[in-house]
Amino acid sequence: MTQTAVIVFPASNCDRDAVTALHAMTGKEPIRVWHRETEIPDNVRFVVVPGGFSYGDYLRSGAIAARSEVMQDLKAKADKGLPVAGICNGFQILTEAGMLPGALMRNANQKFVCRTSTLRVNTNTRFTRRYAAGQTIDIPVAHHDGNYFADDETLKRISDQGQIAFQYSDNPNGSRGDIAGITNAAGNVLGMMPHPERAVDPLHGGTDGIDFFKSVLESL
Amino acid sequence: MIARVYVGLKPGVLDPQGRTIARSLNDLGYDEVQDAKQGKVIELTLEDTDRELAQARVKEMCERLLANTVIESYRIEIDSPATQK
Repeated sequence: MTQTAVIVFPASNCDRDAVTALHAMTGKEPIRVWHRETEIPDNVRFVVVPGGFSYGDYLRSGAIAARSEVMQDLKAKADKGLPVAGICNGFQILTEAGMLPGALMRNANQKFVCRTSTLRVNTNTRFTRRYAAGQTIDIPVAHHDGNYFADDETLKRISDQGQIAFQYSDNPNGSRGDIAGITNAAGNVLGMMPHPERAVDPLHGGTDGIDFFKSVLESL
Repeated sequence: MIARVYVGLKPGVLDPQGRTIARSLNDLGYDEVQDAKQGKVIELTLEDTDRELAQARVKEMCERLLANTVIESYRIEIDSPATQK
């Protein structure tokens, strides 16, 4: 059974949802790694950086968490190929840590957006390969700072290299290129604003998030 | 000594908060307002040291934490102890 881990920061609030989803997918309890820890155990094969409001969004969303102790080790292990997914605040943290290009800004309409979003999927990433080509999926979003920004050159590069994993069909936040989720150039680090861990059980109202987790877990 | 760091969005980056502020000022009758940009000021109290060294250290702080240079630019002002009196 695959060992997974979820990083926990002060004011993470989707860590339990991530743990529950990973537990259901792998049959094994994920390790919760506190931000003060300096090492992610070597037997961990996939890490989720969960959603929430780490450090109260002080300075910028994700900025303080991105500089915490555990992130040094996460970066080092990701550089060696460990798959990492940052969801919502986790996406903000990974961009702030320089592990993903671009930045997440205040939503263009200034409003916190909390609803189900419909996403177009690029099925050529290790996080999305189980989805059918051309399929759209319904995944909840809940964020205030989800407006993806990257300069023209970066946008062109990530687009050309197939790093755009998810795009909104109905852009809720002003993101450039309708971008909802991207990977790094190597393809082992992904960040997305929508919450696949909130769409893995029929009681959630949808299960379109299951294939996200299964895709990456099967790729290990 | 005091270092003030002014952080704002780079030119060309859409500033929804600034736009809302400008619109609100227009609504109040200030028709001359064409645009507003919102940033933040971070005031650092530093141990007294050489001004150039302080400038270099604060610049490093900006690059490493205080500004996200993907979207933000920054400006540093240092009050040396002499000018603070």
